[in-house]
Amino acid sequence: MTVQQRIDLFTEKATAVSAVVVEVAKPADALDYVVDLCGKKEACQLLASGCEAPLSDKAEKLCEAKRDKVIAAPGLDPELFKQLKTRCDELGFKLIDSGMRNHLAGIDIGFTEVQHGIAETGTLVQESSSEELRLATMVSEIHVALLPKSRIVDDSYDLEEYLLGAMKNAPNYHAFITGASRTADIERVLALGVHGPLELHILLLED
Amino acid sequence: MQTAKDLKQYREELHESLDNEFLRTILDNFAVAYRAGRANAFKGMDVKGLISEVAACKDEATLHHAELYAQFKENAEKAGVKVHWAKDAEEANRIICDIARANDCKSVVKSKSMTAEETLLNHALEDENFEVIETDLGEWIIQLRHEGPSHMVMPAIHLSRFQVKDLFSEVTGKEQETDIDKLVKVARRELRQKYVNADMGISGANFAVAETGGIGLVTNEGNARLVTTLPKVHVALMGIDKLVPKLHDALRILKVLPRNATGQAITSYVTWITGSNECAVGPDGKKEIHFVLLDNGRSELFKDPLFSQVNRCVRCGACANVCPVYRLVGGHKMGHIYIGAIGLILTYFFHGKDKAKNLVQNCINCEACKDICAGGIDLPRLIKEIHSRIQDEEGHPLPSLLLGKVLKNRKLFHTLLRTAKWAQKPMKESDQFIRHLPMMFSQHDFKALPTIADTPFRDMWKDIKPEVKAPKHRVALFSGCVQDFVYPEQMKACVQLLGDAQVDMDFPMDQSCCGLPVQMMGEMKAARDVAEQNLRAFQHGNYDYIITLCASCASHLKHNYPKLVKGNPRLESLAMEFSNKVIDFSSFANDVLGLDAEGFRKTGEKATYHAPCHLCRGLDVHEAPHKLIEAAGLEYVECDEEEVCCGFGGTFSMKFPELSSELLNKKLNNVEATGAKTLLTDCPGCIMQLRGGLKRRGSDIQVKHIAEALAANKK
Ligand code: SF4
Ligand code: SF4
Repeated sequence: MTVQQRIDLFTEKATAVSAVVVEVAKPADALDYVVDLCGKKEACQLLASGCEAPLSDKAEKLCEAKRDKVIAAPGLDPELFKQLKTRCDELGFKLIDSGMRNHLAGIDIGFTEVQHGIAETGTLVQESSSEELRLATMVSEIHVALLPKSRIVDDSYDLEEYLLGAMKNAPNYHAFITGASRTADIERVLALGVHGPLELHILLLED
Repeated sequence: MQTAKDLKQYREELHESLDNEFLRTILDNFAVAYRAGRANAFKGMDVKGLISEVAACKDEATLHHAELYAQFKENAEKAGVKVHWAKDAEEANRIICDIARANDCKSVVKSKSMTAEETLLNHALEDENFEVIETDLGEWIIQLRHEGPSHMVMPAIHLSRFQVKDLFSEVTGKEQETDIDKLVKVARRELRQKYVNADMGISGANFAVAETGGIGLVTNEGNARLVTTLPKVHVALMGIDKLVPKLHDALRILKVLPRNATGQAITSYVTWITGSNECAVGPDGKKEIHFVLLDNGRSELFKDPLFSQVNRCVRCGACANVCPVYRLVGGHKMGHIYIGAIGLILTYFFHGKDKAKNLVQNCINCEACKDICAGGIDLPRLIKEIHSRIQDEEGHPLPSLLLGKVLKNRKLFHTLLRTAKWAQKPMKESDQFIRHLPMMFSQHDFKALPTIADTPFRDMWKDIKPEVKAPKHRVALFSGCVQDFVYPEQMKACVQLLGDAQVDMDFPMDQSCCGLPVQMMGEMKAARDVAEQNLRAFQHGNYDYIITLCASCASHLKHNYPKLVKGNPRLESLAMEFSNKVIDFSSFANDVLGLDAEGFRKTGEKATYHAPCHLCRGLDVHEAPHKLIEAAGLEYVECDEEEVCCGFGGTFSMKFPELSSELLNKKLNNVEATGAKTLLTDCPGCIMQLRGGLKRRGSDIQVKHIAEALAANKK
């Protein structure tokens, strides 16, 4: 496959499983995208529906713990993090890179870098050994992932050597992520965001 | 879970499922959507090649499981994980309870694990007062309802949104709505606080990779990631069947598993955990991880030359998705804990013959499961073998024993058939159907039964055998008992066609029933004896082909005979030679003789086709019959679900008439929807079923064997 074919296939496959794929020319554009997205969504609103549904008292209490709009970007390149911080401060969003365990009720956006993409299935491959990073991609309502275009491979087999290297250097936690969290457990009707993010946005970075 | 004590109780339970309108509809819709989704997911891929690669790597793992375990353990321990071997369910549960106690755990969150279902882990933990919460949505729902899973991949497929709404209203103490999206969000938020409070997470594993000592988890919901991240302790319970040598094997299985399970190219999340990872609340900031590998009879199973292939199962659930019987009765009636075709087998090995003995009889032998299995397991064969083993242990039921005895003695069998002809005289209608059935058969009234023919084919043979001057092929005919004694006209049509095509034919008189009915009833010994008789009947002729008009006979002769006589070298080579020559009528007429439109009158009438299980899947013949229909001057119109079983299944339709009749109903609805007035097929058993059903419906659709359609339009 040519680079462009790979990008096209990746985009096609990821979109097919409800991921939003956007190309960004430079890192700063990615940051704009994130704050823009955060601005558009309401804080503490499970997207589409659900927040208004009444819960048991305990679950209700956990939900009430969350008030501000929160973006978590653990493991982000320090320079990028600084730039993102400036933007968040201006808009009054809370930006964190640690302490995810204090936000288990949920955060608005988890913004993370991923190492590889697999075109065959539209899959992101993320080194998740950091617990903060792992949690940011799980308890967020929206996961925004930054993937350099050059890091997309054809097929999972192409990453075998890389993965083996990482796994042999244990402890190691790797995640393949393809689309948003989903279930079809009730009447086989597809519903997104059952435990993990309700939306996955992939920013393909020109590099 | 399976609780029926005997077949009678089991059949009553089946009735309940059959009457469950919701279950039937959801399973029906699913079966149709699944087929399309899967085909789409595999588009452009070499599915057969991939499946045989999976089979090969799993077979390798079966052979070397002890070494793989040692290597896995060593690598995992090097990375800070504690590895345990549990010889049975009880031991696995005890190990896990000990870990929970040692770490002062109170609350446990689980992500879906069939292995934990197998060991009934939840009961064990709850008995020791640990709180256990399933986090997979479907599992949580059935846990709240105190039920077992009814499907390996979709555990709550048997429940409606209304039932879930009521359940969630009860759980939250607030009235919920029936909107599925909202119900899912309620579960999301209710379960989130459970993760937060849990001290221990329990997961299964889809792969245990020996070369890294790590595991791989395949999920859509992402709950496995939370379960393995938040609590301080993580226990992964897995069968030793999850061991694979290399990461490559896991990646390879990953290509088939989700596609076969739900028609997804890959699941939303695949989580690879190697070693004891960072965990803020764990000792020294590290997660305490335990891998518990469960044997529970698996290593014994691996030694069995026939059943070791069970280890190829990747738990995709596809064998249930395509099973026409599962589709009718649902999971709780088609397995104890593991369900579907593989469930029938695993139930016997993991949960014992008492749980399995009724279930195994409920397989119609349509081979749909074998055709789709991600590991290429010969599931129907193993099911029949278990049926036979159970009968050997428990004693054979009288009818099955009798049939076995009768079939072993060809002369007696044929005499009985000839006598039956006289016995049924008073019940006979003018159109070859029995007028009314004796009381004991009243449940079989969904289809009219045919009468025994006045003259069996074997008695006509010497009068109709054509004189062929310059033969192009020398063949032997194998009639099977139904065509010999019930529908000799089908054989006659074949003889006429073949004679005209300069084929020299022989009909060895010592041939008897192919033996499939007794094998279906679990009478392996009788099946072997009958096979031997037939092999000897055909051994002296110098034939190019052995032709049969019965798809079931053809597939049984071809595939099962060599297996049945295994161990006797002389018979083995005889069987190989024999089975290589066996060919079904359609393949012979189309592929070998090349019959085409030239020799036939063109009427252009619409004809539809029913593909017999043992032709399309048993022999992988799909196109030849369609071509012959067109050659015969008819217009072929495809009916929906052409390759789905008609419900005959030999003795199955006698044992489970309710199920047989439902399968037939579906088939006939699809046939009628085409508007064709002719229905063709390649198997006398299917003809019996289809004709009988249409007669009961008062339909004017004619059912014929393809050979008859060709003969009728011969120029
Ligand atoms: S052979 Fe057919 S009926 Fe039997 S288990 Fe397989 S799919 Fe079900
Ligand atoms: S037996 Fe085959 S089809 Fe059934 S679950 Fe196992 S791998 Fe899948």
